[in-house]
Amino acid sequence: MAQSETSLSARLPSALKDAAIAAFISLALFAFIVGIRTVDDPGKLLLEPRPWLLAGFVGAVFFGRLFLNLFFWSGAHTSEALTSALAPVGQIFERISPWLTPALVVFAITLPFLPFTDRYILDVAIMVMTYIMLGWGLNVVVGLAGLLDLGYVAFYAVGAYSYALVATHFGLSFWVALPLAGLLAALWGIILGFPVLRLRGDYLAIVTLAFGEIIRIVLINWYSLTNGPDGISRIPRPTFFGLELTRRGEPSFHEFFGIPYSPLNRIIFLFYIILVLALITNFVTNRLRRLPLGRAWEALREDEIACRSLGINTRNTKLSAFAIGAMFGGFAGSFFATRQGFISPESFTFIESAIILAIVVLGGMGSQIGVVVASIVMIGGFELFRELEHYRMLMFGLAMVLIMIWRPRGLITSREPSVFLKEKKAVSGELVQEGKG
Amino acid sequence: MEYFVQQLINGLTLGAIYGLIAIGYTMVYGIIGMINFAHGDIFMVGAFIALIMFIALLSIGLTFVPLALLIVLLVSMAFTAVWGWTVERVAYRPLRESFRLAPLITAIGMSIVLQNFVQIAQGARVKPLQPLITGGFTVMEKDGFVVNLSYMQILIIVLTVVLMCIFTLIISRTSLGRAQRACEQDRVMAALSGVNVDRTISLTFIMGAALAAVAGVMYLLYYGVIDFYIGFIAGIKAFTAAVLGGIGSLPGAMLGGMIIGLIEVFWSAYFTIEYKDVAAFSMLALVLIFLPSGLLGRPEVEKV
Repeated sequence: MAQSETSLSARLPSALKDAAIAAFISLALFAFIVGIRTVDDPGKLLLEPRPWLLAGFVGAVFFGRLFLNLFFWSGAHTSEALTSALAPVGQIFERISPWLTPALVVFAITLPFLPFTDRYILDVAIMVMTYIMLGWGLNVVVGLAGLLDLGYVAFYAVGAYSYALVATHFGLSFWVALPLAGLLAALWGIILGFPVLRLRGDYLAIVTLAFGEIIRIVLINWYSLTNGPDGISRIPRPTFFGLELTRRGEPSFHEFFGIPYSPLNRIIFLFYIILVLALITNFVTNRLRRLPLGRAWEALREDEIACRSLGINTRNTKLSAFAIGAMFGGFAGSFFATRQGFISPESFTFIESAIILAIVVLGGMGSQIGVVVASIVMIGGFELFRELEHYRMLMFGLAMVLIMIWRPRGLITSREPSVFLKEKKAVSGELVQEGKG
Repeated sequence: MEYFVQQLINGLTLGAIYGLIAIGYTMVYGIIGMINFAHGDIFMVGAFIALIMFIALLSIGLTFVPLALLIVLLVSMAFTAVWGWTVERVAYRPLRESFRLAPLITAIGMSIVLQNFVQIAQGARVKPLQPLITGGFTVMEKDGFVVNLSYMQILIIVLTVVLMCIFTLIISRTSLGRAQRACEQDRVMAALSGVNVDRTISLTFIMGAALAAVAGVMYLLYYGVIDFYIGFIAGIKAFTAAVLGGIGSLPGAMLGGMIIGLIEVFWSAYFTIEYKDVAAFSMLALVLIFLPSGLLGRPEVEKV
């Protein structure tokens, strides 16, 4: 710090010039979009100039840039300086991660009985757990097999609609419909995956995005089956071995166990369902990683050509990753349907796919605990800014960009090796070169 | 027959707009090999700048449409280009040496940022603009069914073709175009031969954004309404057009745009309007599977 103090005055002119250029560019950026607002007036639009807001934006850019130039960016490699500044965060995670997993599991199991827990916290917790499960499901596709899937929400939707339709038309219970929904989603994963999986990385991404949109458009327009934009309501709730968690169930849970009725019972039950589903997802994924199949996924992510020359059937490997990821998405989808009691195509937009992808990416692709941390931070953070709907999407987009620039490997960069000789050596994220080129 | 001709005209007009956006995708993909996911939103920003500029010009009493149109085009191109440049500088350049999917993920982030930023700054409601260019020719008439070719449609198609010719000439004849093609083939080698790679890539983004701004102006004038969400669907369709025509080829992007426009319009006219996006998206999947190098593109050689 002392070194930079001495050169502060020397750096001032160049810092001022740089800040002025940045301010000028921001003036050009914001002059129309921020500086003038279009106001609706019957029959036409009026313009309302907002010079002070514009001045505020430009001033913030100028002084922010000046401040950063003088005190933080002592040289050319600004992003490197920031990366090293953020590195301790990752190191802390690495140090506590052996205890983090059991601690989080214990916390999750005891959460419904902790003194501060109320209905609101449980609702948020269920939502976070749903996203953790979706993140883990997508992690199989993106993190392990290295296939960028931008249409993951399609499988979530398939799962949700499968359960909703078989439950409302044929009266199947949640526990019978759940495997069915997972199978259907996996089937769709194979159907969609079969033709497109020979595409390269970003082509695959855009085609999966297109498929996600196609499924949504079909859900909106196939009125006779899906009830279109109105959605499906009165989706049955899950039962506990046939016991209903309602006040007047036949037979009902609280009467059977002789406890007083509380609407919280159902919420706690839902929380445990999603917790178990998510833990199953995690368990299955971790076991699969040790099987030849899982190792083939990771090899595929590292180098597809090498993989092919070693005789791995890349098509089947990719398809299995796609199908298994889709299956978990389907499970999560039918849970979503039974929790909400109502679903409509509105819940399955592209932004949902982007959020799940962001959780996987920000957590560190391939890292299971990273998904948990990212879900808690992002969905929890989302809840904090509940009032500011659009601002939180803005912040969310910015976070995606900034974390990608500063920590491209995500928050948790260390890799636990899936297969090892004698001892485990964690590989630091900085040394992992996979996916490059 | 008359109905068919009318749909043909409408399809070509829509296709011209897609083609203009597609050129931005195809140039960026050609040069740095990434899908600039935020390009559709750059188009949306261009349309908003044009809307504000139009209303401003009309409110100060400039009602001579050709002059107003020229001013709006130039202003929108210039200011949208700054957005294109900034997006590249902030979100893509720091990741140039990173792993492949990183820039695509920041691009999705940028797209979300731009949509929500414009929504917050300008409001979520649909913004109308009064029709400025009206009238047209009657191409044919039979049994009371009139086939119209409006001045607006002529303007869009002519302007698009002219711009495509200009940009094709820039790519094939100027030193900037040579530098772009050099970067496309081998970035390291181009840098060693004295090409300023960063500057070339920035200029590519600026050119793409300027063309997207033209598309934004045309979209605004043709449909008369815009909102903050128009960039998403238009972006995917334009990308489809770029892939269909062959990534890296400007005439290909134009051709692809026309085909996508025609498919969409004919699908809505003869089948169902609800599934027109499905038709375009299915086209994308079919092209990528059966014709991955596109109509006018070069087949890609996989290097080991």
